[in-house]
Amino acid sequence: MSSVRNGDAGGQGRSAPAPGGPADTALMLELNNVEVIYEEVILVLRGMSMQVPEGKIVALLGSNGAGKSTTLKAICGLLPSEHGEITDGTITFGGIDVTHTDAAQIVRMGLSLVMEGRRVFGHLTVSENLVAGAHTRRDSHADDLDMVYGYFPRLADLRGRTAGYLSGGEQQMLAIGRALMARPRIMMLDEPSLGLAPMLVSEIFDIVQRLNRDLGTTVLLVEQNARRALNIADHGYIMEQGRIVLEGPAADLADNPDVKEFYLGIGESGQRRSYRDVKHYKRRKRWL
Amino acid sequence: MEQAEVGSAYVETFIQLTITGLANGAILSLAALGFVIVFKATGVINFAQGYFLLVGAYLVWAGMVQFNLPWFFAVIVALVVAVLMGLATERFVLRPLVGENVISVIMVTIGLAFVLQGLVQFIWGTEPRPMPAFIPRGTVELLGVPVTLNRIWAVVIAGAVLAALTLFFQRSRHGIAMRAVADDQQAAMVVGISVRKVFALAWALAAASAVLAGIIVANLFGASGEVAVFGLLVFPVVILGGLDSVPGVMIAGAIIGLLVSYTAGYVGGGLQQVIPYIVLVLILLLRPYGLFGEVRIERV
Ligand SMILES: Nc1ncnc2c1ncn2[C@@H]1O[C@H](COP(=O)(O)OP(=O)(O)OP(=O)(O)O)[C@@H](O)[C@H]1O
Ligand SMILES: [Mg+2]
Repeated sequence: MSSVRNGDAGGQGRSAPAPGGPADTALMLELNNVEVIYEEVILVLRGMSMQVPEGKIVALLGSNGAGKSTTLKAICGLLPSEHGEITDGTITFGGIDVTHTDAAQIVRMGLSLVMEGRRVFGHLTVSENLVAGAHTRRDSHADDLDMVYGYFPRLADLRGRTAGYLSGGEQQMLAIGRALMARPRIMMLDEPSLGLAPMLVSEIFDIVQRLNRDLGTTVLLVEQNARRALNIADHGYIMEQGRIVLEGPAADLADNPDVKEFYLGIGESGQRRSYRDVKHYKRRKRWL
Repeated sequence: MEQAEVGSAYVETFIQLTITGLANGAILSLAALGFVIVFKATGVINFAQGYFLLVGAYLVWAGMVQFNLPWFFAVIVALVVAVLMGLATERFVLRPLVGENVISVIMVTIGLAFVLQGLVQFIWGTEPRPMPAFIPRGTVELLGVPVTLNRIWAVVIAGAVLAALTLFFQRSRHGIAMRAVADDQQAAMVVGISVRKVFALAWALAAASAVLAGIIVANLFGASGEVAVFGLLVFPVVILGGLDSVPGVMIAGAIIGLLVSYTAGYVGGGLQQVIPYIVLVLILLLRPYGLFGEVRIERV
């Protein structure tokens, strides 16, 4: 039996987690009815609620403009730098309210974001990028440099290179390595597969999985590539127009006919549907 | 016989002009470095940079002459005041302007320049103040030419500070953080760098290095309005070197310093005061990013 369930559209009074839901273990991160407004008028998150249990990999999926990146920015305290604001709801990290905590403090608490589009420091070398990643650390980070180079041997060969001239895949590795240097308890990745060749995507996802397994790092993975994300995730959330519309264990979500239809691109007949068909269909049928 | 005499006099003049030019160039580089730091880290074009030199010159004069401090303490006090001035500029003048357009910010830094100049004139008046010698003023023989010691010291001090700052940017945690902010503010925030602290640090460093340059200038020429005129040469230097290039500023400082010195020595007639600005205009026309302005890395 599948435990996939629809999100409560209004987002009201969402507190008791579903049995078998993600809340069986200790919660690391929780969003409760978060509302985000940009430029004081553009309502982007409308009662966004989700939970990330400690030590798990959680996938957050959704189409373009659903509000996935906004969700991550809200968690990380980046909204003020984009004229955005959390106007309602709460975000807690390890039980502590971090709804309006500033970005630097959030990183110190153990939350790292790998931003969409990689965003390495282009004029710094690879190793300087990694040192910048350890900015919040007071202790020595020599071991962590070795650890990052262990996960990404290619970066070790490129350590003296200017980051801006690395290939897309290498930059993505550097972005993940840089986030790792802060020794995060939870790492959030925003579309790490964007623009990468399939081989590289596998490599990156593989490493994310290993980080989770070896270091116990909790992962919140935002992806367009739903199939691969659900493949490595324990739990999945699907987001549309600023709120969660569907959630469940990753395996169940991957089996869900709607998810197959919209995000995995497989129709009921088992054929791949064209994007236009999906779009058309989507307009008729929404989960909301 | 006479021929050789003329030849050696010519060489001597040349060497002296070169050393004068390099000394002035080193001081200019030091003064301009602060401009580059602020521009790189915060994106602000600081038209008041030259006037920080003026403040530095009068501060150290006041410390030594009015308060009878030993020169060493006078310099320390001037640097402390400089850091405070830099921090205050960031906190009270520029932070309220975050998000405003470039022109408003530029107007405000021009305003700041007038305020600094007015303040100096209000406190210390306008007449030139001769500086008691605190850097030895004798002469030494260099390449068979007598050279005043204070110029050599100017080069040594400016060079040492530039080297230290370069090392700071390459190696230290805060130096790397500053470069990270210059590259991508949001990405810097995401690794836990406080952009606000980096801005404050940039202004503190800018003011301190400019004040130090002002102190060296005062040691050469005394404390007077001339220091600000010298300070204005910061603009041709940064335009030539590229607004955001630290090595560029060092090389451009030397170029402008030499150019002024040679023009003064060989052409004269006041052309030396104009030549840096002719260079400025030419560079703006031909190579607006300067000789070494950072290329935007476009691959992604
Ligand atoms: N700084 C901003 N100011 C105004 N509107 C914004 C801003 N950032 C995002 N938005 C809007 O918020 C909505 C959600 O954007 P967001 O980037 O969170 O989507 P996303 O789910 O990450 O999409 P994608 O998959 O394309 O990255 C979009 O409609 C976008 O136009
Ligand atoms: Mg996005």
